[in-house]
Amino acid sequence: MESTNYSNFRIEAENICVDYNGKIALYDANLRLKPGQICGLVGMNGAGKTTFFNALTGFVNISKGKIRINGESIRSAQKDQAIAYVPQNEGIDSQFPINVWDVVMMGRYGSMNILRCPRESDIHAVKNAIERVDLAEHLSTPIGNLSGGQRKRTFLARAIAQRASILLLDEPFAGVDIRTEKLISELFLQFKNEGKTILLSTHDMIHVREFCDLVLLINKTVLAYGETSEVFTPENITSTFGGISPDFLFGPES
Amino acid sequence: MDFFCFLNINTFITDPLTHDFMRKALFMSSLVAAVCGFLSSYLTLKGWALMGDAVSHSVMPGVVVAYALGLPFSLGAFIFGVGSVALIGFIKQKSRVKEDTIIGLVFTGFFALGIVLVSKIKSNIDLHSILFGSPLGISLSDVKQTVFISLLVVLILLVFRKDLMLYCFDPRHAKTVGINVLFLHYLLLTCLSLAAVVGLQSVGIILVVAMLITPGATAYLLTDQFDNMTMISVLSAIFSSVIGIYISFWFDLETGGSIVLAQTFIFLFAFLFAPRYGLFKFKKLISGYKQ
Repeated sequence: MESTNYSNFRIEAENICVDYNGKIALYDANLRLKPGQICGLVGMNGAGKTTFFNALTGFVNISKGKIRINGESIRSAQKDQAIAYVPQNEGIDSQFPINVWDVVMMGRYGSMNILRCPRESDIHAVKNAIERVDLAEHLSTPIGNLSGGQRKRTFLARAIAQRASILLLDEPFAGVDIRTEKLISELFLQFKNEGKTILLSTHDMIHVREFCDLVLLINKTVLAYGETSEVFTPENITSTFGGISPDFLFGPES
Repeated sequence: MDFFCFLNINTFITDPLTHDFMRKALFMSSLVAAVCGFLSSYLTLKGWALMGDAVSHSVMPGVVVAYALGLPFSLGAFIFGVGSVALIGFIKQKSRVKEDTIIGLVFTGFFALGIVLVSKIKSNIDLHSILFGSPLGISLSDVKQTVFISLLVVLILLVFRKDLMLYCFDPRHAKTVGINVLFLHYLLLTCLSLAAVVGLQSVGIILVVAMLITPGATAYLLTDQFDNMTMISVLSAIFSSVIGIYISFWFDLETGGSIVLAQTFIFLFAFLFAPRYGLFKFKKLISGYKQ
């Protein structure tokens, strides 16, 4: 569902709140992203990054606020296959008996009939997606036998096959090899040119500077949001990480 | 001598088949095993073993009440099976008690209620056959019910095979692409309740959970392909049913227990000798195959 009207926002989140049985995970969060923008979502563990993703995909309901995806409700965005979610490697059961082809095919499920019988176009989309992430020789490899980077690419291929206009990536660079990292960064540029919007969470400050046009610093709510060059300052980072100095964060560990 | 042996084995197999009740037991148990085996692939991957245990025990009062009221026992069992799950979900949401505690608490409560009801309602309910199964004494109306429910569950699983697999694997993605995850959740629970209902006739309430998890666990050790897993699970379940019934016939053992023991032995065999995931990893030993 590529929108040609580039003045519209892909993601519009206004004052959204999420609570789990009264426990507030996120409040008064705002985000607006246009087509072709790459935004980094930065915060500590438990700062509400995953909750933010869950709210945007509709996996959890927001208790307050409004979310529009391509100008529509989340429900119709789901129906339109507008959003793809690429999970963290820890977020999936790597021992599940399923191979690369079948995982990527799951990207097409939303637009198939009830029995999920692949059509010619679905098979073509899956083949193409797998080629783009350079896994053509692993079609029938069970995901349990893949490396961390290959598994990450498999789920990226699923998002490509889905033909979503918005990609949400949870820690896309965590635990991947150099080759995968390079491939992902190339794909990001292609996605940008295709007008897709990317929201990615990361712990790695260097990747934020390298890929993200915009950055969203959160800790239960939005602390700072804007152009990376303006917002991603040592002061803001320090406050996001609860007083830990950026020297520590940019140290040899990262 | 050789010929004699052959003759013995032959009668070992064919002799029980001359009895009507044995043919019925074999057919019914195989059918039930196939249904439970099919479902067990999903349950083991979803991590619902404890849930299976809970549902299968919770159907007890339903069976008793249905018998007392002259209703189909599957109806009562189904209501209490689904009810127990709803109650578990409700208590989990409204209290700070951990989920496994709540599951244990609810199903033992239901089970105890069932036992108390049996002692109070003076009817011709055979507690032993509810608890331990009675595949050799299934009545004709029970046969019809069981066949109907079994076919229903198989039909549901066949239609929603891929959706349920996705639900077990990555519910977040399912939700993101507009698949109704809540519906799939309750669909799987419904299948679980129905399978528990038909399974309890074969091996009884106490052991039915074995029918719902052991074949899936065995198959999980033997393959990396979901469809193969389902197939192996179903076949191993049917095979254990047949073996269990034969053994119980020839050695005069409790039938339900024999069926479950057969399943357990097949699992142990897979645990030890599965080519890739077994304890001895034969694939590696034989070919020096490096994974």
